[in-house]
Amino acid sequence: MEISRRSFLAAAGTTGTAALLGLLGLDLRPAAAYAQQTTPRRGKVYTTICPYCGVGCGAIVEVDDAGRIVNIEGDSDHPINLGAMCSKGASLYQLHDNPRRLRKVLHRKPGAGDWEELTWDEAIRRIAARVKQTRDENWISQDANGHTVNRTDAIACLGGAALDTEECYLLVKAMRALGLVYIEHQARI
Amino acid sequence: MTNHWIDMVNTDVAMICGSNAAENHPIAARWLQKAKDNGTIILSCDPRYTRTTAFADYYCKMRSGTDIAFVGGIINYALQNDRIDREYVRHYTNATFVIRPEYDFNDGLFSGYNPDGDPPRYDSSKWGYELDESGVPRRDMTMEHPRCVFQLLKKHFARYDLETVCSVTGADPETYRKICDVYTSTWAPGRVGTWLYAMGTTQHTHGTQNIRTYVILQLLLGNVGKAGGGINALRGESNVQGSTDMALLFHILPGYLKTPAVGLETLQDYLNKYTPKSNDPLSANWWQNYPKYMVSLLKAFWGDHATAENDFCYSYLGKISGNLSYISLFEAMYAGKIKGLFCFGQNPAVAGPNANKERDALANLDWLVCVDLFESDTSVFWKRAGVDPGQIQTEVFLLPALASMEKEGSVVNSGRWAQWRYKAADGPGEALSDAAVITRLVLALKELYQQGGQFPDPIVNLSWDYNVDSHGEPDIHMVAAEYNGYYTSGPNRGRQVASFAKLAADGSTCSGNWLYCGSYIDYADGKGPELEDGPHITQVRGRKTINRMAKRFAEDPAGLPPGRCIGLNPDWSWCWPVNRRIIYNRASVDLHGNPWDPKRWVIRWNAEAGKWEGDVPDGGWPPMANPDGSENPKTKRPFIMRPEGVACLFAPSLADGPFPEHYEPLESPISNPFSSRQYNPVIKVWEPDKIGTPDEFPVVATTYRVCEHWQAGNMTRNTPWLVELVPDVFVEMSPILARELGGVRNGDWVIVTSKRGRIRARALVTNRFEPFFVGGRYVHQIGIPWHWGYNGLATGDSANLLTPHVGDANTMIPEYKAFLCRVEKEEVA
Repeated sequence: MEISRRSFLAAAGTTGTAALLGLLGLDLRPAAAYAQQTTPRRGKVYTTICPYCGVGCGAIVEVDDAGRIVNIEGDSDHPINLGAMCSKGASLYQLHDNPRRLRKVLHRKPGAGDWEELTWDEAIRRIAARVKQTRDENWISQDANGHTVNRTDAIACLGGAALDTEECYLLVKAMRALGLVYIEHQARI
Repeated sequence: MTNHWIDMVNTDVAMICGSNAAENHPIAARWLQKAKDNGTIILSCDPRYTRTTAFADYYCKMRSGTDIAFVGGIINYALQNDRIDREYVRHYTNATFVIRPEYDFNDGLFSGYNPDGDPPRYDSSKWGYELDESGVPRRDMTMEHPRCVFQLLKKHFARYDLETVCSVTGADPETYRKICDVYTSTWAPGRVGTWLYAMGTTQHTHGTQNIRTYVILQLLLGNVGKAGGGINALRGESNVQGSTDMALLFHILPGYLKTPAVGLETLQDYLNKYTPKSNDPLSANWWQNYPKYMVSLLKAFWGDHATAENDFCYSYLGKISGNLSYISLFEAMYAGKIKGLFCFGQNPAVAGPNANKERDALANLDWLVCVDLFESDTSVFWKRAGVDPGQIQTEVFLLPALASMEKEGSVVNSGRWAQWRYKAADGPGEALSDAAVITRLVLALKELYQQGGQFPDPIVNLSWDYNVDSHGEPDIHMVAAEYNGYYTSGPNRGRQVASFAKLAADGSTCSGNWLYCGSYIDYADGKGPELEDGPHITQVRGRKTINRMAKRFAEDPAGLPPGRCIGLNPDWSWCWPVNRRIIYNRASVDLHGNPWDPKRWVIRWNAEAGKWEGDVPDGGWPPMANPDGSENPKTKRPFIMRPEGVACLFAPSLADGPFPEHYEPLESPISNPFSSRQYNPVIKVWEPDKIGTPDEFPVVATTYRVCEHWQAGNMTRNTPWLVELVPDVFVEMSPILARELGGVRNGDWVIVTSKRGRIRARALVTNRFEPFFVGGRYVHQIGIPWHWGYNGLATGDSANLLTPHVGDANTMIPEYKAFLCRVEKEEVA
């Protein structure tokens, strides 16, 4: 009988541990004791799905009592990957804890050589103004044959196969409402 | 995928062609390895000996861009040797359908060709079915009629003989014959084969027809609908299935509804145009429900403002004409017609074909908004080497986004499983979810347009009631509940719609995506284990609900009776449509509803109970035949999304012909021996002056990925562990080519040049590539992974600096996988 680390830990945390060990006919008590020693910071465990390829492997995210992610590894309860991860999936922790992650809104003025920081409020205000101006200046109500068109060809939207489905839905809803027709993403290419 | 990842373990023969699953979907490849342990034969057909090939039983090499010839030859082999499932073909495909006499094919061209357009076009009405007096397609059940699809198919593919195929593909004839023999062995009852492909198949000027060859072969062998069978596209991104379902593409709206075209002035015009009709009483013609899905979508977008009196706000949707897909978009940007661009987690400066052109096009923008985890190559196009930022007037906003474990929501895998994820921790700094970025923008625009502007109503009236918090984060459960849909009026008002069969065309239901109807339901409509407590039990709009995407009840194979251990996992997450794990599953049974393959049955008819058992069937109608063999008038044919009710060996709706025909890639080292048409006659050639010829560029090149990096690299090239594993861009080449280049050794820098650009990369000299003997001479092929760019922790030249701005005739996916180049050793000063 095989036992994965995860289901072992789950079992070890219940009152059925002794019964489980008995069933196995093995003395796993030293291992259980070690496992308990090595997880003192555990606060909570969340399940997640790997954000890379389309296999949809499950992972577990361990968070300490301070709310910090301390580990991400394969979810052995997941029927597709049964706990295994590829090299990208195994590196998920560094996607979160990474000094290169963006922390602030960055803004580059026309012609400028570098970024400046911006507040969210200011960024959204400026982007919305840009969208409105471009849309209004390039609005097409009718084509040359008098057919209704109601669109703008001057704004395009790319992305996102990396977004959640709910976000994709919101994105398409927003962009179609604005009258964009150049809406494309990774699926095309 | 028609099937799903775990299902690979059920197959007898797995063909991996156009995919390198072991590299790009490593965990899925474990199921193939497990299958192999059980005796499954693995076939690998690829220009290069890959990590997938390493565990294959047979490997056959083929030059990039020759899938139609390669698979056309297997189709011919199956037909010539009668290795086909005749009963399946007769009843479940259009093999018996008689085609109108106007159909013809001659020297690479189908009838109806008009060379004058840009691009040239076919008049596909020449390829229609011959109809009987009641308007139903005429059939010849003996399949002997000279104009029936079966005979036309036989004639078309008879030209794909072994000798010609091998001279085009460069395959070794003996190995090729073995591949034909092993794969077509799955025609036999009780044997099944699966076809696995990825971008190696699609990224060609004839990519759609490449897939069509697989479909035709799988149908002839009776492999579609069964466990261990199907046509399985291995998708490369965690949610490219969900993002496609949600229609982030110019030509569709959520749920594969069509974007309205110019000229369709009213909702009725639109519905008349796109709702298919069938006069065949045995056709379910599921798309006849189109009006219900469209009206429910409009209700989800514009809520109470969408009424029958105002055409449910149909006029709010932009009307399109022409092709507005990715390459067209960048051509328009290059021409200065596009002023503003949003990039949500996309990095076109690395990912787009002819990347130099796309990078230059970005400079024509007035403004660019990038939403990403890291500073992407695209977001800093203005400070890449060789450009003067002072000359670039684009205003750029780079917005910090949350990663997958820092927010809540779902992603849909390649097997159509929608799986829920949770927020485990806050993201860094001021990062927000993409949902919040979109929401804040929409709310700001609503405010602006309340004060006036062009056509303000679609924005002002847009329904956006998602309990938005102070950071702008919407309640994501309310979003999911909305794309599922709920009743907007009547006695059930507020209740989640439990299935798309219940959506209505009168405005009494909303559903942002009919395909997802059934994913997020009222608790009262739940059944089975989902009623148990767990994180899938939720509250939305004050109702007790079930988020089926969050379900985690894995199947225990030991607890299942024999024949049921096929890994469907019906209570793990939720899959579209209606949690059907294997689509077209009514083709997995004979006319009486008995599984063709009782060892691993998907569904079966329980005559006593009068219902289907097993997976969710493609419609609940009874089997096609009564017990005495007569036709059951209450039945429907199994391919319910087609007006014919059967699968299409002959597909009259495609831009480039009803049958696949081999053409060379736009750039090719040989002339096409199948006809005088060198390349697909209906593609749009954007840059006639940018086509390389073999005298100047003698080497065939292709692009691909490595396990340690992902797509345009913005995530993985900023992850130190992965950068340490694979830091540099490289070019794989054969030792023979390396010698011919004057002794290139592993690790040397080489220069690769195409008609569009040049890159510098390290040489990886390996026997994994061998020259191909094609067109009477040896031709070299090289391969380059395309993840690198000029920004990030690991940088390098982008392979896409070399690739052409040309796409498939149907989808306009770029031809990344076959182009010409020249390779030189870098001179060391």
